[in-house]
Amino acid sequence: MEQILANGIYLGAQYAMIALGLTLIFALMNVLNFAHGQMYVLGGFVTYTFYGQLGWPFVLALLASCITLAVLGALIERFLFAPVIRRSSREESTMLLAAGLAFFFDAVILLVFGEKQRGVPKIVNGVFNWDFKLIMPYDRILICVLAILSIVSFILFMQYSKTGRALRALAQDRTAAQLMGVNVARYSMIGFALGAMLAGLVGGLLVTITGVNLGMGGPTSIKAFMMVMIGGAGVISGAIAGGIILGFMEAIGLAVLSQYGDITYLLIFVSLMIFLAIRPQGLMGKPWG
Amino acid sequence: MKRRNLMKSSAALALAASVLGSAAWAENPVLKIGFVGVTSGPAAAWGISNQRSMEARADWINEAGGYKIGDTTYDIEIVSFDDQKDPKRAIAGMEKMAQEGIHYVVGPNVDDGAAAVRPVAEAQGIMYFPYAFPKELYSAPASNAVLGMVANYQSGPAIYKHLRDDKGVKTVAFVAANESDPLSQRDGGIEAAKSLGLEVVSDNVTYQVDTTDFTPVLTPVMRTQPDLLVLSGVSPANAPQLIRSARELGFQGLISTETAQDATVLREGAGDLANGFISVGGASTPEIASDDMKEFVKRYTDMFGEYNDESNTKVYALEYILATLNANPAGLDDVTAFQTTMDTFEAPNPFMKGDAKMRYVGTTSFGQKRQLAVPLVVNVYQDGEFQTLFVAEVD
Repeated sequence: MEQILANGIYLGAQYAMIALGLTLIFALMNVLNFAHGQMYVLGGFVTYTFYGQLGWPFVLALLASCITLAVLGALIERFLFAPVIRRSSREESTMLLAAGLAFFFDAVILLVFGEKQRGVPKIVNGVFNWDFKLIMPYDRILICVLAILSIVSFILFMQYSKTGRALRALAQDRTAAQLMGVNVARYSMIGFALGAMLAGLVGGLLVTITGVNLGMGGPTSIKAFMMVMIGGAGVISGAIAGGIILGFMEAIGLAVLSQYGDITYLLIFVSLMIFLAIRPQGLMGKPWG
Repeated sequence: MKRRNLMKSSAALALAASVLGSAAWAENPVLKIGFVGVTSGPAAAWGISNQRSMEARADWINEAGGYKIGDTTYDIEIVSFDDQKDPKRAIAGMEKMAQEGIHYVVGPNVDDGAAAVRPVAEAQGIMYFPYAFPKELYSAPASNAVLGMVANYQSGPAIYKHLRDDKGVKTVAFVAANESDPLSQRDGGIEAAKSLGLEVVSDNVTYQVDTTDFTPVLTPVMRTQPDLLVLSGVSPANAPQLIRSARELGFQGLISTETAQDATVLREGAGDLANGFISVGGASTPEIASDDMKEFVKRYTDMFGEYNDESNTKVYALEYILATLNANPAGLDDVTAFQTTMDTFEAPNPFMKGDAKMRYVGTTSFGQKRQLAVPLVVNVYQDGEFQTLFVAEVD
């Protein structure tokens, strides 16, 4: 039981971080960013390059991931999403753009970083072992703590900073925010950059545990969408709840159902279908969007 | 005026250069060889190592003046198609090869893709060289598929027997991704282990192919405390993470797989924790690699920036196709002539030291010669590189 709880907390924290960026972008711009997983992968590769290849300190490499993805996100919003949203009121336009970006990033990652799985040296050695009831490598514990701290910092930033308040206003009602003097174009760009930065941050953190390869983007996006749907699209607390719920479902399923083969995700998907049939807006979403 | 003349002269020069250039390039007729496999998504490394092996070898051949088949010397062109590990796409890829008049195709990389393309290949007269293990692909009445590597049911028993006899292994646990290839390899491995008298202590733990953290997956397996943990059909992307998780969970036993791996990926992903990991490779370990193999590795590295150890095995398919066509040029347009030649074909193996031969095998497993005699080199990973554990042959 202790192991299941620890695995659940660890998986939940990392999943919540992945979902945060996605839901932020959705809340601000009503854009389903299918390239979110690829941004996560890109963040992993940036940390891999600076920390694993060039020997930078891990913290600096992580910072490089965050900055790279934030700049990339800002550029993407300014030069791709903003013009498309301005010219087209159809939601499919931004969805297609996001899907195209995902393919583009996959191709760029293949060209620049190659097809192989990449990994970096461990940031902390050793394994915590409590009488074989609970085994957890120290680097996982550290990453889990960092992920939780990042989530708390993000919530505090959104709650108490001027930018955070503007972003929340934008997410609640774009027109009303504009009428109240919020620079919508500027904060949309900042919000997208922040979402992309979160993807870069979690990619950089997790490359120390899971490594990174170009094929991870698509499945990561799918999992992120699942968490967002569980918690409620566009709701920050919903994404966190969705991530933690998915993490615990996975940890419990893998521990309890392992003797029946890989039915954990089958049950998760079935549960999600039933849940969405009963509550399509997710746990914390609003029925009107 | 002068400027216009200069522009005209430049244009004429460019045209002349392009005509002369293409004439020089087109000195030899072109022989197209196809590749249909996965070069994108989570399993991209499998197909890319195939494609790049073929391209590196073709480039080398063309640079040396071409490949002589009968009285004609050909430049080799590799035509590639990414099937995205989707059987429907694999069929489309094989149809594309047929439309281009290609009779020899390397791939697909996985079971369902290889099974899906069979009707197209047989109807269109295409010999194909999958990296998939189902026996029905290579057993009569199937005729056009040739297994490009050593199957797990051939390498598994050899590895388990070695570990039982030399390392005292008595109990085995199997872990596999929830996909057709790894699952079928797991089932074959279980059968082989049991027939050798080993006790299988865990055989039903599987994981999603996109799993990134294997600690929860391996926790129940580790409780069974096996002497040997077999990672059935594990992809190079997942192997280091599985090894790392197993070791971090306190596993002290042996870990093996029957698939080819890459030393750099293991070093980066698992570091010293991967020491002692046993896998199946080709022929580039220093003890057996010929000068040609070393040259191939160098060219591949120069061309693509980094070598992939999986290519030790994957370099062979193109070599076999060309050498067999050389033995019987009628095979260029007639795959039945190629099939007939396969029964008696033998040529020096350029990638191994000594008097190793290239020949078709598979009679024991498939009842007909539908497998490349790739050396069964069982490697053990140690401090960043593979060392040869033992070398065997498949009949």
